[in-house]
Amino acid sequence: MSDLQLGQIVAERDIHLTREALERYAQASGDLNPIHLRDDIAQQMGLPGVIAHGMLTMGLAVQPVVDWLGGDPRTILDYQVRFTRMVPVDATDGVDVHVEAKVGAVDDPLGTRIDLTVSVGGATVLGKAQVRVAP
Amino acid sequence: MAVNPDLAGRTYPPTPPFRVEREKVREFADAVFSTSALSRDVVAARAAGYADLVAPPTFPIVIQQRTWDQLIGDPEAGIELSRVLHGDQRFHVTRPIVAGDELVATLTVASVRMMAGNAMVTAETVITDGDGAHVVTATSVLMVGSGE
Repeated sequence: MSDLQLGQIVAERDIHLTREALERYAQASGDLNPIHLRDDIAQQMGLPGVIAHGMLTMGLAVQPVVDWLGGDPRTILDYQVRFTRMVPVDATDGVDVHVEAKVGAVDDPLGTRIDLTVSVGGATVLGKAQVRVAP
Repeated sequence: MAVNPDLAGRTYPPTPPFRVEREKVREFADAVFSTSALSRDVVAARAAGYADLVAPPTFPIVIQQRTWDQLIGDPEAGIELSRVLHGDQRFHVTRPIVAGDELVATLTVASVRMMAGNAMVTAETVITDGDGAHVVTATSVLMVGSGE
């Protein structure tokens, strides 16, 4: 932790989301909101079609940081995001989500701040996505 | 239906204890694309100093959702589920959740801000373990449309 440089990329990962991934997340989390499972209902709500659960995006975005910490989340003190853009998931092609984790602040009394850039097709889908890691 | 501005400060009763099962931790880990052995292999988790399988950082949402159900199910709250958008989410962590935990969650409405007919509801769910010790606080900002 002590030799981290501001702006240094500590982890990066591409995750391919499919409709099956949304079903799996719905079952695992208990969030069965049909806008994540059924196009007809999503469209009734004014959406282009099924969208990923925001909490699935939040959940997968922190995983590269957990990997960087050796698979042990013990030192993660705080994790926050803002949901800024919906993530439509095509029934055939799915969608690719890119996660980049870089050092946003060092020598902070609250620990190192890791900033996540989470994007789909070059557009960020989470804002102020920050992970605090104990010193 | 409009959000009740007097909701701010309201605390709902603690949820019944939620027992975290190993299978639930594994399922959730798979669902969020975790690769950590600590969420799947009890021997690895114990070797890392945990009592049992370690849940991923966003697992508290599973317990927090039960408190959202209380809020949205409260007729006095005036929150219609179909008009709710999840704006922000935060987890402030004392320790990771592990399998075998018996967790109790208590939701307090921290604030309600009305903006052009819409409401921004900040709901703070404190999750404690069987000893009453703090595990994690999960805070959500819910944007509730007026539907008009």
